[in-house]
Amino acid sequence: MKYLTAASRLLRHSSRNLSDLGSNLQFFCSIRPSSSCTSASNSISAHIDAIARLSYPSLRSYERFIQDDCFHRKFTLKNICFGGSGVGILHSLARFQSDGIRTHHRNLASTASIPERNKSFATINSDDISYFNKVLGGRGVVQDEEKLDDANTDWMRKYKGSSKLMLQPRTTQEVSQILDYCNSRCLAVVPQGGNTSLVGGSIPVYDEVIINVGSMNNILSFDKVSGILVCEAGCILENLMSFLDNEGYIMPLDLGAKGSCQIGGNISTNAGGLRLLRYGSLHGSVLGLEVVLANGTVLDMLGTLRKDNTGYDLKHLFIGSEGSLGIVTKVSILTPPKLPSVNLAFLACEDYLSCQKILVEAKTKLGEILSAFEFLDINAMDLVLKQLDGLRDPLPSSKHNFYVLIETTGSMESHDKEKLEAFLAQAIESGLLTDGVVAQDINQASSFWRIREGVPEALLKEGAVYKYDLSLPPEKIYDLVEEMRQRLGTAANVVAYGHLGDGNLHLNISTPQYDDNILAKIEPFVYEWTSKQRGSISAEHGIGLMKANKLHYSNSAETVQVMAAIKKVLDPSGILNPYKVLPTSVLSQS
Amino acid sequence: MKIMVAVKRVVDYAVKIRSGVETSNVKMSMNPFCEIALEEALRIKESGRASEVVSVGPAQCADTLRTGLAKGADRAIHVEFPGTLYPLSVAKIFKALVDAEKPGLLLLGKQAIDDDCNRTGQMIAGLLKWPQGTFASKISVVLDEGNKVATVDREVDGGLETLSLDLPVITTDLRLNQPRYATLPNIMKAKSKVIKKLTLQDLNVEIRSDLEVVQVIEPPKRQAGVVLSSV
Repeated sequence: MKYLTAASRLLRHSSRNLSDLGSNLQFFCSIRPSSSCTSASNSISAHIDAIARLSYPSLRSYERFIQDDCFHRKFTLKNICFGGSGVGILHSLARFQSDGIRTHHRNLASTASIPERNKSFATINSDDISYFNKVLGGRGVVQDEEKLDDANTDWMRKYKGSSKLMLQPRTTQEVSQILDYCNSRCLAVVPQGGNTSLVGGSIPVYDEVIINVGSMNNILSFDKVSGILVCEAGCILENLMSFLDNEGYIMPLDLGAKGSCQIGGNISTNAGGLRLLRYGSLHGSVLGLEVVLANGTVLDMLGTLRKDNTGYDLKHLFIGSEGSLGIVTKVSILTPPKLPSVNLAFLACEDYLSCQKILVEAKTKLGEILSAFEFLDINAMDLVLKQLDGLRDPLPSSKHNFYVLIETTGSMESHDKEKLEAFLAQAIESGLLTDGVVAQDINQASSFWRIREGVPEALLKEGAVYKYDLSLPPEKIYDLVEEMRQRLGTAANVVAYGHLGDGNLHLNISTPQYDDNILAKIEPFVYEWTSKQRGSISAEHGIGLMKANKLHYSNSAETVQVMAAIKKVLDPSGILNPYKVLPTSVLSQS
Repeated sequence: MKIMVAVKRVVDYAVKIRSGVETSNVKMSMNPFCEIALEEALRIKESGRASEVVSVGPAQCADTLRTGLAKGADRAIHVEFPGTLYPLSVAKIFKALVDAEKPGLLLLGKQAIDDDCNRTGQMIAGLLKWPQGTFASKISVVLDEGNKVATVDREVDGGLETLSLDLPVITTDLRLNQPRYATLPNIMKAKSKVIKKLTLQDLNVEIRSDLEVVQVIEPPKRQAGVVLSSV
């Protein structure tokens, strides 16, 4: 009865752990499945159930503990695999991974319960491993625990999967063979790039096989005349930017995660970023894709043409579908030329109405040279200055309620400076601006950008954060912020910033600890408010795992039905990035 | 007392330069050490007297001078000269300017980031026969009647050296201060400030090029390391 001894060790430790939130205890417990162990498994489950209930007497908080804490409590139970008896609690416990240091940073940003592991998915066995070794030649098969640990955890350290296998294909052919095999075996997979998703879209929920395309990082061609770049999906955005810089071009998108995110992932998420205002979305700049479907079929849509109206433009399905319809392996993207004159102004306004008016003025007065328009409110500014080193307030003379960052990019320094200064002079005279600074050199410009780009980092350092990424009519954006402040009062710090030029609000609610009461005041109020304005509950971050059950707030039921139908056509077994993007309820109907 | 600050327009220090340093399409800004010098002058002014900004160079320097005015300088003088000037020539020009303007204090950056000469300040001091305090990391100026003294902390190889000088030429080093931003109201005000233009004939200075650039090459690319089996 080896497993009972192991199990009793587990129980002895577990009661200590459940009550001691700050503990960093890890214990490993190997329990082999066996047909005679059902009685033992039942008793173990009953024990753990009892202990859990003791610490969390109310049923509601107990369920919350099981479902949401599971991403943060660290009881690393390896290989708990109870064949047959489907012990629900231990399934959840088996996914428990916590970080003792961050036990207070629990993911409670969404009250959605994580769906159960889909029983139709197989689990990895040694035959699978040998097949993959054959296809990838040994170097692309990763079972090392440390590396898997990284690959299983997302950037915000909110979510953690329990995949036992990561594959690193080098060619489209290898991806095709892997997917063909996984489809026939019904093994679920997660496509992964830089793993910088903010909605848990790039990590496994359970034991899905991670297909990391990071090794496919070659630049295939670049046309200096048209600016069309063809590269593999695993190229890191910043590397592409450096390459293009040498050629006199830039990438049409720019975001804070550029040092880690990969272009395949950017495209699969339809990333927005800081320059969308000027260069448009990826739906416009991506000219072609090569995608591998769930059954291994390679779709070669890697055109390099600006205009091609022949049939249905399928690549748009894959842009933004977050890896649930196919894995992007090659990209062809139109890149704008690098223009020499870049100016950055950091401005202060008294109220939100002025910010909006400045946006209108900037669009008309700066016209074609406007390349970015961002805003942050006073809470965001204070937080950044408090949490990040080496940053100073560009306008220290007084406190301002709103800060706006305006960037212009053009081909003639003198022309742009003249336009910018005329615009700013008029804005000050008409009272729209109370103060402002224009960056005099690249160093100053980077420090202004650091202030704006550093807000997410500062929020992470401050404590617990509930993060919302919403698209709203520009005139309504701050109404939501003020309502949230009224609802939460002194209990939380409501911080607002975002791409004002695109009508995209990043609403972040910062509290010292995660707290159910606070969450109840936020959700579903935020989603319902957004829905009433016909806004989007996810402007650019995507749905991932976090908002998979929330699609209906921004899409009609019929629309979601058609999405599910398309998913069924392209991925009948549902192996690509399961549990994400579409709500499970809709998928199980079709 | 007037303070004169020399500023130079150079390639922005954050730009990644490729071989052959093409300056046509590259972002140009005020030399960082000159910014520090200007900041120090403004701080001294804010507890005292007028300050002026002077720059020497080709036509585009007007931007750099505007920046100086936007930060708070009162006047700017632009000495026009197309082509490159080397420290000795610049020093001669400044001697002429100092003779004309009669400032009490002269502040410069310790070196320009494009040629890294680190000579102009010292040469001006030599030509003027003024004391010099170079690599200043701290400056305090006492300007009483009959007791005009500057105490300068210099960063030298052995540590810090403190000198007491009768109003000298000072070249500024990195840790002296952090330059301020040019705020919008000041940028607007700067538009109405005048930049005086002078030519070399006006100053009675003759420039003779003593230096000739023979070649500019990139340093050899770093070779990959070699793993040895034993030493």
